[in-house]
Amino acid sequence: MWGFNITKTRAIDFDKNNREPMMEILRLEPSIRVCIACGACTATCTSGNLTPFNIRQLNVFMQRGEYQELKKEMHKCMLCGKCTLVCPRGVNLRHLILKTREVLLNEEPLFAQN
Amino acid sequence: MTMKTIAIIGAGPAGMEASGSLARLGYHVVLIEKEATVGGHLKNLFQLFPDRRPGKEILTHLVQTIKHPGIQIKVNSEVSEVQKLDNSFALKINEETMNADAVLVTTGFDLYDATEKEEYGYGIYPNVITSADLEQMFHNGKVVTEEGKTPKRVAFIHCVGSRDEKAGNNYCSKVCCVTAVKQAIEIKELLPETEVFCYYMDIRMFGPYYEELYREAQEKWGVMFIRGKLSEASQNMDGSILMKAEDTLAGKPLRMNTDLMVLMAGMVPSASSKKVAQQFKMEEGQNRFFKSADNHYRYNESQQMGVFIAGACVAPMNITDTIANARAAAVKIDEYLKN
Ligand SMILES: Cc1cc2nc3c(=O)[nH]c(=O)nc-3n(C[C@H](O)[C@H](O)[C@H](O)COP(=O)(O)OP(=O)(O)OC[C@H]3O[C@@H](n4cnc5c(N)ncnc54)[C@H](O)[C@@H]3O)c2cc1C
Ligand code: SF4
Ligand code: SF4
Ligand code: SF4
Repeated sequence: MWGFNITKTRAIDFDKNNREPMMEILRLEPSIRVCIACGACTATCTSGNLTPFNIRQLNVFMQRGEYQELKKEMHKCMLCGKCTLVCPRGVNLRHLILKTREVLLNEEPLFAQN
Repeated sequence: MTMKTIAIIGAGPAGMEASGSLARLGYHVVLIEKEATVGGHLKNLFQLFPDRRPGKEILTHLVQTIKHPGIQIKVNSEVSEVQKLDNSFALKINEETMNADAVLVTTGFDLYDATEKEEYGYGIYPNVITSADLEQMFHNGKVVTEEGKTPKRVAFIHCVGSRDEKAGNNYCSKVCCVTAVKQAIEIKELLPETEVFCYYMDIRMFGPYYEELYREAQEKWGVMFIRGKLSEASQNMDGSILMKAEDTLAGKPLRMNTDLMVLMAGMVPSASSKKVAQQFKMEEGQNRFFKSADNHYRYNESQQMGVFIAGACVAPMNITDTIANARAAAVKIDEYLKN
């Protein structure tokens, strides 16, 4: 038998995943809870049209406790805020991204509040 | 005992059906319509979902229903003044005053003004049209682009002005998913060589045979469904439209050109409903449609004693539900007037 122990499962192991960072991000910016995954943010995103950066998908990963991809990708956001402008659910994406970076990448908050 | 009178405001499917029911129960009905003809939005519908029955058939049936000696029809008419009396209302219509023992409001809906979603280009790019415009093209038996050509591709955009906080409407308009599917099939029948796409966020097929129609669109007609909300559209040199969305199931941004883009503009409470609400001191719900006294038991009663509501002025609904709702209101009014 070869390889079975070393190959990591592709499945999201929701029960094992550490959901604390996710809960913290949701506390800091709860509006992502009403996302309906329509993809308007990704479609309009400046970074997403040039690189594989997909803000809608990354936010899904975040809410499943999967942070690998986020840690690699979050810096690609230019904080232009176009995603926030098109969102039909009023998700404050730009603020969410700032908070995600703070929690996952230990970035200093841009502003003193929260 | 004198015959009791009911004023019905708005002669769309709801007002017409309720008039018939109440007249058959022995009441005197005054049906008030602001336009020159009765029928409401049904007048503009070429074929109805889900069975593709001509809209005209239902309209003819409703016109027959209101041909009753107990029904007085006043077209080109609006209520200009309302005075609440002890157990009735004094209404001023065209300088005449009438007394109504009960009032039924059936003022329907307006189509969402798609020019408000500027990023989609309605009113700016001629090849961006609404589902209502397309319905008109079906009436005329011809679907062509602004340039007079047969479109090689047609794209339907779901949820325009509905489920959109930016448009101020968080509710779902209910009928536009199935209308898009119906119109997609009609395009394929008329223009078999044309490619047809539907851009959706969720497909809502709530009624009997709606899901089957969706399946037929895929299986028999090859209509393609892309799960993603249009973020913006722009015009190419040749007048065709460039659409930008995310193909959320592929997880990638997608661009596509189309010759004709059809916006599924949703339903909003009609502007004249607002006026009626003020006249009768009726309450609006959070979604700005009329508020029922109770969502389960008193759906057809407004918060105002003696004022009843039915049809699409209460919530977005299809014709089947509108007719059932109008009859339910008639029964409620009958109970009210007997007690
Ligand atoms: C694009 C589109 C396609 C559709 N296709 C279908 C379909 O295929 N099958 C289906 O079942 N349903 C369909 N519907 C839904 C259908 O149009 C509604 O269910 C129906 O019209 C509701 O009837 P109503 O009488 O409540 O309102 P309306 O049809 O809006 O009628 C209201 C009437 O009241 C009048 N009025 C308003 N205010 C006043 C006032 N103050 N004084 C006097 N008169 C007034 C208006 O002029 C109008 O005549 C479609 C809707 C849309 C938008
Ligand atoms: S635009 Fe808003 S609702 Fe749509 S996927 Fe992005 S965050 Fe979610
Ligand atoms: S703020 Fe970031 S995620 Fe949003 S559109 Fe701009 S680059 Fe994309
Ligand atoms: S019926 Fe479909 S297209 Fe219309 S608002 Fe609801 S989800 Fe959107």
